[in-house]
Parts: sequence; C-alpha cells; structure tokens
Amino acid sequence: MTSAKQNILARLKAAQTRQHRNSALDQAGVNQIAANRIKETSRAYTETDRLNKFTTALQASHAEVIDCTKDEWPKMLIGLIETRKLTHWLYSEKTETGRRFSQDVCTALPALEAIPYSTPVEQLKETLFNQIDAAITEAHGAIAETGTLVIIPGPEEPRLMSLVPPVHVVLLRKSKIIDTFDQLLEQENWSEAGLPTNVLLISGPSKTADIQQTLAYGAHGPKSLIVILI
Amino acid sequence: MNALSDTPPEFEQTKTQKPDRVYFFGTCLIDLFYPDAGLSAIQLIEREGVNVIFPQAQSCCGQPPYNSGYREEAIQVAKVQMDALHESIPVVVPSGSCAGMMKFHYPELFKNHLRAKQAQAFSERIIEWSAFLHRVLQIKLEDLGQPTRVALHTSCSARREMGVTEDGLALLRQLQQVDLAEPERASECCGFGGTFSVKQPEIAASMAADKCNAIKQTGAEMLVSGDCGCLMNLEGTLKKSAEYSSAHTIDSTHLAQFIWQRVSK
Amino acid sequence: MSAPFRDQAIHALQDEQLRENFRGAMDFLQGKRKAVFSDTIELENLRQQGHQIKAEALANLPELLEQLDSQCSKNGIQVHWAETPEQACEIIHGIIEQNNGKLAVKGKSMVSEEIGLNHYLEARGIECLESDMGEYIVQLAQETPSHIIMPAIHKSKSQIATLFNATIPDTPYTENVDELIGTGRRILREKFQKADIGISGVNFAVAETGTLCLVENEGNGRMCTTVPPVHIAITGIEKVIPRLSDLPPLLSLLTRSATGQLITTYFNLISSPRKPDEKDGPEAVHLVLLDNGRSRMYQHPELRETLRCIRCGACMNHCPVYTRIGGHAYGTVYPGPIGQVVMPQINGLDQQGEMTEGCSLNGACGEVCPVEIPLPDLIRKLREERVQPQPAESPVNGAGSHRTRVEATAWRFWRWVYQHPELYRIVTWWATRLGSMLPNRLGPWTRTRVKPVIARQSLHEIMRERSNQPD
Repeated sequence: MTSAKQNILARLKAAQTRQHRNSALDQAGVNQIAANRIKETSRAYTETDRLNKFTTALQASHAEVIDCTKDEWPKMLIGLIETRKLTHWLYSEKTETGRRFSQDVCTALPALEAIPYSTPVEQLKETLFNQIDAAITEAHGAIAETGTLVIIPGPEEPRLMSLVPPVHVVLLRKSKIIDTFDQLLEQENWSEAGLPTNVLLISGPSKTADIQQTLAYGAHGPKSLIVILI
Repeated sequence: MNALSDTPPEFEQTKTQKPDRVYFFGTCLIDLFYPDAGLSAIQLIEREGVNVIFPQAQSCCGQPPYNSGYREEAIQVAKVQMDALHESIPVVVPSGSCAGMMKFHYPELFKNHLRAKQAQAFSERIIEWSAFLHRVLQIKLEDLGQPTRVALHTSCSARREMGVTEDGLALLRQLQQVDLAEPERASECCGFGGTFSVKQPEIAASMAADKCNAIKQTGAEMLVSGDCGCLMNLEGTLKKSAEYSSAHTIDSTHLAQFIWQRVSK
Repeated sequence: MSAPFRDQAIHALQDEQLRENFRGAMDFLQGKRKAVFSDTIELENLRQQGHQIKAEALANLPELLEQLDSQCSKNGIQVHWAETPEQACEIIHGIIEQNNGKLAVKGKSMVSEEIGLNHYLEARGIECLESDMGEYIVQLAQETPSHIIMPAIHKSKSQIATLFNATIPDTPYTENVDELIGTGRRILREKFQKADIGISGVNFAVAETGTLCLVENEGNGRMCTTVPPVHIAITGIEKVIPRLSDLPPLLSLLTRSATGQLITTYFNLISSPRKPDEKDGPEAVHLVLLDNGRSRMYQHPELRETLRCIRCGACMNHCPVYTRIGGHAYGTVYPGPIGQVVMPQINGLDQQGEMTEGCSLNGACGEVCPVEIPLPDLIRKLREERVQPQPAESPVNGAGSHRTRVEATAWRFWRWVYQHPELYRIVTWWATRLGSMLPNRLGPWTRTRVKPVIARQSLHEIMRERSNQPD
C-alpha cells in the first residue's frame, strides 16, 4: 500500500507548509517544555515514604503486599500456599526466584505440582489456561507514585506468566522501587537503547467496571496479585 | 458538590482603580424583557458614585448569529457595539454570556480583520456586572429585606468563560437576611444555550426540568441569576410546572434587581 | 429537511431506564475524575503539558509518521497505511487470509468500529469476537458501543443479566456482577486459546522507538496481543507521539480523565513480535495506520485541533446533552462532544451536520478536556462551515450543505435591525407596545415553559427619558 502512504503523507505535508509557521513550536521551546515537565512531576520521596506510597497505592488497587526478607520468603510462601490451597504452579527455571521456588518450596511441599515455562506457548496452552492455579515471577522494578510493578517479560519469564494464572505472585526488591514513571524512563534509557519486546506496567489484579460501574476482579487476567517485598 | 471550587482562575481583572465613568451594555434580552434588571444594575453602580453612560446606539453583542454559524452577521452587529462603546472606559455587562462574547469571542471574530486591534482593546475593557461590583467597586451591601432563602444559578458563560461564580455568591452573602441555597449539580447547564433551546427544544426542556427540580429541592423561595437567558428559560419552566401542580411557586429575578430591591428603600 | 439526530434524541429522552442508567454512570464518572484531580494546579499543569505534546506531534505529523513507520519496521512490526475504511478492512482481511485465520479476538478499538471491521470480516466467514467485557455485552446484544470507554454503559445490571440468560446457554439469571463477569471470563478464555488472530487498537504510538502502547484494566488487550500467533493493531494517524518521555503525562491524563484512575491495571508497551528465544508473544505484529478524513481535518487551521484527542471520553462524561440522551442517539461511532466534532468531518457535514446542533455551548467539555481541545469553539466552527456561503474555499467535506435561503435571509434581516440604531429603536418601540398581543403558544418553547413577557418600555427608552444620557 505504498500509494496510500504517499497520498496521506503528501496531503499532510501540503497542509503543513501552510500552517507550520502558525502552530509549530521551535526546538528550544520544546526542550524547555520537556524540562519543565520532568521538573514539575519529579518526586523525591524518602526511603520510608517511597515504600509507604508504593504499598498504599498498590493496595488501593486491590493487590496484596507482603513485607518479607530475602531469606524468609520461601517459608512465607509455603504458609500461603497451604492456606490458599494453590496446588498447580508455573515458574521459571532461569531466574533465581524460580530456582529457589523449585528448591525450597517444592521440596517442602511434595504434593505441589510445579511446571516450568520452558516450552513455547503453543505446546503449553492447554495446561496454562486450564490447570495452573498460580505463577511466581520477579519484578524488574516498581513505581511508588502509582503503586505499579515494572515487569519485563522475555525468554526467562514469558509474557503470559503474569496474565493467565488466576493468582500472580511477584517478588520485588525494595531497593528497586523508584518514585515516578518519568524516572523509570530516564533510568532505563530506552529512547537510546531501544525497548525490550514487551514492557508491562502492572498495578493490581485484572478488573472491570463494565457492568453498571460495579468493580469486579479477575475479568480476564489474575484475580489476585500478591507482591512479596524483599 | 461545591460550586465555589469550580471557579476557574482565568478572569484576571485586577482590582483596578474605581473609574469615574463606565459604559453600560444593556444586552438585547434585558432591553426587551428585563429592563428593570438593567435599571437596577445601573442604579447600584451609580450609588457608588460612578457615572453610567448608556449609549442609545447599542443593541446586541451578536452572539445569536455567531453561535448559529452566521459569522458575517455577527461581525457587522459587533462593529456597531464597538463603535457605540468606543471611549476607553470600562464596559459593564449584566450578563456572563454577552460579556464572554465580547471579551473572548470578539478578538476571534475580528482576528483577520482591519479591526483586530480595536477588538482586542475593546475586549480588555469588558467586565461582568457582578465582578465589577464585587472586585472593582468593592461594594458594601446592607440588607433591608425580610429573611428569605435564595438559590443562585450561575450561567455557563459566567462560570466557565468569565469565571465570576464567586462574585455573585459574594454579593449575596453580604445580604444578612438571605439564606443561600446550593442546588445539586449547580455547575450543570440549564438548557438555554440561545438558539439551542429553540433548535433542540426536547433536550433543552429536559435539562431545564432537571435544573428546576434541583432548585425546588433546596426549598428556595427565590431563584436569582446574573444571566437573563437562563432566567427566561428557568422562569418559564417553573411557572409552567406551577400551572400543573399546587406546589409553592418559586419567584425568579435577575441578581441585580434582587439586590437593588433589598438594599433600597 | 430530515432531522435524525433530533428524532433519535426525542426517542432516547422517552426511555426512563436509559436516562437513569446514563445519569447514574455520568455522576459516578464525574465524581471519580474530580476526586483523582484534587490538586487543581497540578491538573492545569498537566493539561498544558498534554496540549503542548499533542500540538507538537501535530505540527510534525508527517515526519513523525515516517519515523514511526521506519522504527516499527526496524523492530519487525509490519506497517500498513489505509486511506479509507475499505482499504483498512481489506488490509486486515488480507493478513488474516494469509494466515488462514478463522477466529479473531479483538481488544477494544474504536477505530475498528469506525471502519466496520466486525461486519466486514463476518461477511467473509471470519468470526471476530469482542473481548472487552463491555464490548462483549454490546456484541451479544447486537448493538454498538454507547460510550467510547465504557461501551455497555447504557445497560443496567438487570438488563445484562437478562441478556446473558437469554443468549448464553446454561446461564441462569443472576444480577451478581462477579458471576456475570465469571461467565464472560470462562467463554472468552476458551476463545483466546483458539484464536488465530488478535486485533487491538493503540492508545499511543511512540515514533522515537516504534512502540505501540495499550491502556487497559481487564487484561483482554494483553490476551489479544499475546496469545494468538498474529497481532494486528489498528489506529488513527493522530495517535503518534514523538518521544517515550511524552508517555508519563499523557498516560496520567488519559486514565485520570477517563475513569478517575491514577493508573490502569495494565500499561502494555509492545515494541516487537516474539524473538527467537522467547516462548510466547505473536510471531507477527502488524500496524495499520488509518487516515479516513484525518489528513483533511489537518488542512483546517482550527478544526485540526480535533486531532489532539486522546479518546478519554471525559467530554461525554461531562456533557449535559450526552447525559440525557446517551451515545446511541447520536447515531454515530463516536458520540458526545468529540463525536460532534469528529463525525461531521469524517462523514461530511451534509451527512452529519445536524448533530452539531445538539450542543448548548455550555463549555463543560472544553473545561475537562485533558489536552485542552476547545470543543465548543470547534462545534461552533462546524456550524459555520455547515452554512458557509463559499463552500468551495473550505477543506471541510459538505461545507455549505445546510445553507438555506430562508435561514440566511432571516439572519440578514436580524442583522439589519440590530445594525441600525434608528431601526432598532422603531422595532423595539413596537414590540413593547404590541408585546402583550403575543399568542400564549410560541411553538416548542411554550410546550414546557410559559411565554416570556415583553416589557412595556425597553431599557433604551427608560434611559432616554433620563436627562443625563447622550443620544
């Protein structure tokens, strides 16, 4: 459809030359606007404030946030699995979290069925959609202001781990929480380096208010999102 | 919902020196339907020692054709107003709607016109009547009337274009015997909208009915508004509904007339 | 002249249940927005930023589209351009054919509604299933969305309960929302697994990096863009933004304006199809860029501001007319204030000019627009184009189509009176003398109102009688 492209661009450019002088902003002005924007929206929370802000915001979106430690979390998770009777798990063999889950949690709970996401989705679809109760993944980072997890799926942790299982457990290092979305973009330098195939900002379990403005969780994705802070 | 917080900060008319003389732009609706409101507005200004000039050559701000898409007709009529009110003294307008037209839409109307500069300068002299009394004259009102409960309807132009919601309320709050009621959804349009109420009478009627019900629910005895378009719409609707029911009727009047009646013997 | 908008509005006004559903929903959404924008200074700053970003994007629109095209291609996303709805449908159908697709699942996309994609595909033997809960309900009821963000907002939960009971096998009547959503979840999850094709819209397309951004709460958008082997995204050309750093303010404005949320559950940034070492994600990602009248809007010095829209729906949530008549009364894909501006420009003022009259110019829409589109001014401008005497000079399709000699003459007469003080004096003198002779019935005005009373003396006359006035 080269011709459609050429026609559209030609029309736009013809109109642009007539109007550019009226509405276009000069480059210096644009830079100034961007700078002001960052300045206006930047937050500088103290460590405690940041953690509180993050936790409060995420809880307001109906997620569970559990404060734990690097060493204690498998033990804590075992307790949680037992009380909630989550028997079929999806994990990654390629992350530290996945390995510890496999070693510490699965060993302690022999009845647990844990499946690694190590085959392409085409072969796993049936199991993934119909048998898995929960998945455990790591968060790349988090944003305090909005109570948001930054999830970067990839070969190690595929995209659907955070979407299809009814329960999604996420491990997040407290040190990885930053203040704002702006800061995330600045820190990752994606504009220069390019983005991963998929980046997700997740703020709570799946939900909908499409029926008479009544909130219901687990519309299509997880019904519960559990964040373990370490 | 609190109407006060809806007031936008755009209206940057500063507390200028009290002028010796001002123009009064009567508006076409006041001229034919509510002349007493116009006279009250004038008398309240004069009482503060300001000379009010009412040029006979004025007629209408031109908003009806402008909103209907007849730009040229609006331009021709607008020119007459700018000529009639040519001296560089404030133009006081007892209507947020007409004031908004002259202040914000004249510059747009004349932007590619020989009179662009004139329209710009003219627009800067426009001030809505309640804002003039409250901000410029800083008028002090002494209430001589009986206790009453009153609902104020601020027009959409007064609220969103002129940003004078607070001025009308501030004037009414000075009246000791007046209990100010706030109708539900105070910031919603009453359904007048000039030619809108003629071209879409069914939708307009439904909006007016909702507005009148909200006013009735406050238990107010009187509806006041700084805009005669809304007033004509709501007054007509209130009276019509009174024809069908025995419920107490709510009187209505222009803000200026209401205040004048309460402060003059 | 026929007046479909007015007729449909009258019809809607008579439906008590519909009015109640919309009033409830609009009050709810207005309240949510207000609560999440409690800091008005921050709100105004953000709106200015949103305005500037989109204005800049528009000023450089063709360059940004070229950049988007080349960055996407570099990332492995195949870019297609469509001038018309037919072209867009053909392109999408072609991609589905190539992949032997039979079942497509779709995330919410108003552009796909704009091009009539579902019907096009259905007619060619391809099932296209809506997966957003609201859209799913609307599709089940064989209706169209009545709101661009909440498509089934015109229905109450009991109406939805009845619909599910009647149309989905083995579904008992229940007004329990969790159960209703559970039913939708169960059915749609089966479809996500089976679908060959996933279709979605785009909220922001970042030119700098070739990234497609989707905003949603339900997760169906992620399902559609991740589970099927092919993902086709369709969007209007105005959705392109220059840089990644433009996202934070725009996202914040969008979610807060639309549903009063600080952020939605999912913000999904897609920059390429599945890489060789990845286990999921679509093998192929296509982006269809639709013009459909947008490049013509771009030619108009004022109406081009229409293209700043980020489709949040706040204008309709705050519109007193929309609140009373609902989305279907407009009879168009996009309803409410933005619909009144977009639709006549897409389909022509001759076809859809009448809907510009369904506005009292109260300004509530412009006040809440997150990118400061002066919607009332644009509606007024379209009214002007509609009756414009020199349509040849206007880039708007159907300009001048509603100019009638009767109306034009009436306004000329009006002008003549108000332009000449002597004449005005004579006319008002007679009006005040004969005003009492006006009949009590004055057309539709007096159906619900008593007639206005003309004073016995005009203010002009009163002031003439005062001695200190100049003539």
